[in-house]
Amino acid sequence: MSTLHTVNKSAFERNSLESCLSVCKADASVLLIEDAVVSALQGTSVSDQIKQATDKGIKVFALGEDIKARGLSEKPLMDQITLVDYSGFVKLTTENDRVQNWL
Amino acid sequence: MKFTIQVNTGPYTHQASDSAYQFTRAAIDAGHDIHRIFFYHDGVNNATEYSVPPQDDRNLQQLWSSLAAEHNLDMIVCVAAAQRRGILDEGESKKNGKSGVNIAPGFQISGLGQLIEGGVQSDRLVVFGD
Repeated sequence: MSTLHTVNKSAFERNSLESCLSVCKADASVLLIEDAVVSALQGTSVSDQIKQATDKGIKVFALGEDIKARGLSEKPLMDQITLVDYSGFVKLTTENDRVQNWL
Repeated sequence: MKFTIQVNTGPYTHQASDSAYQFTRAAIDAGHDIHRIFFYHDGVNNATEYSVPPQDDRNLQQLWSSLAAEHNLDMIVCVAAAQRRGILDEGESKKNGKSGVNIAPGFQISGLGQLIEGGVQSDRLVVFGD
């Protein structure tokens, strides 16, 4: 039973990404949307946490539309992060057995 | 697959109602069934027909209403949240001695039971909020 977690807050504003990663099982997927997409950038204070999560097998995604809306399309993103669009977001909700939205 | 979408914020407080709209459209485009969209807390502000944003701004209420008309969506507004924020249909307006009705086309006022029923009947409940 895999879970898709969505996180929508910047990791520099709230600790929802940290809380989410701390309870994620190895087969979980995490999708960064809205302000949480800033966590996908290379070299931030949460990059190590994301790297540790993906090393464990957790898959981390970021919503491309929200990255573009914040002018971050040209910025280098972490190699561990896969970009998806809204149809990819929908697909992730169907491929996992449950959805947990961290608000 | 059957989805229920919960929207907890209004169009001018947070991105969440825009995200919910985009997600709903993508789910419909992928051939999924939207069982219900439930507007809760400040999310009920998506349902006011009295909102008049500038012409070059997106109008989420109209976007939701058009999407509902096009795809016959069940869009429910939580009654207690709606009463607090002045979102009234004809019945609620009369019952509470008010003079106006501002619920937009495609939205219906109902109770929290509809959210629970949506969660039970759907394969996925996806929540958008602050």
